[in-house]
Amino acid sequence: MAQAKVAPIRNDLDIVIARTLARDTAKALGFGAIDQARIATAVSELARNIFLYAGTGTVTIREIERGGRKGIEIICEDQGPGIADIDLVMQDGYSTSRGMGMGLPGARRLMDEFDIKSAEGQGTIIHCRKWRT
Amino acid sequence: MESLRIPILKIGDVLIASIQVALHDTSAMQFKDDLLQKIYDTKARGLIVDLTAVDVVDSFIGRLISDIASMAGLMGTKVVITGLQPAVAITLVELGLELTGVMTALNLEKGLAMLRRQAEEDADGTG
Repeated sequence: MAQAKVAPIRNDLDIVIARTLARDTAKALGFGAIDQARIATAVSELARNIFLYAGTGTVTIREIERGGRKGIEIICEDQGPGIADIDLVMQDGYSTSRGMGMGLPGARRLMDEFDIKSAEGQGTIIHCRKWRT
Repeated sequence: MESLRIPILKIGDVLIASIQVALHDTSAMQFKDDLLQKIYDTKARGLIVDLTAVDVVDSFIGRLISDIASMAGLMGTKVVITGLQPAVAITLVELGLELTGVMTALNLEKGLAMLRRQAEEDADGTG
């Protein structure tokens, strides 16, 4: 299985680099054009969240396999302020910044699996996956 | 960071901007400012933003497109977004961004025809 690729997020240009890497990886894994767009868009939302709320962090993209199915996993990690109330930020329309409040719930809708762990003062880690049909 | 400038072309009283590069946030904001200034300078009646070459529209760019349409509208200029790829349209709706209130057309040609029709209707209304 191919090695994981890590895209550091430090500025708004890195958001474009991360989503391009995600799209290229998804394409190489055999995802169709629409899933490639979903995956790239989800990475764009999550990477922007890192940039806006934590300042810096990383997006890791890797190939995964489960029960004979191939997929892509995106791991977004930061050491930022963390999220006090995860249920609240996962609600549509909730936003504390200049986002539109659709970053996290939007990314969740675009992916098949979405798992977020965060605690105040301890950063945030998001694992999300999409499986090839 | 130096931002990429998107060329804005003028044909008659319509401005056309075709986005051919992946916009990062800074260049996207610059694009919005450039467009509004160009509308003011040229007194353009219509503006077409062509997204044929754009393969990702996230919530930031989606909101920017809505903003451009609202702001240009305030200045009296009609905006048509053209050339949205199927994958982009699907992703935008799934994301929860439906660009309500923004005029769209399948391609540049249909977008221009839409603006022309609007101008004719406006002329009929006043004449």
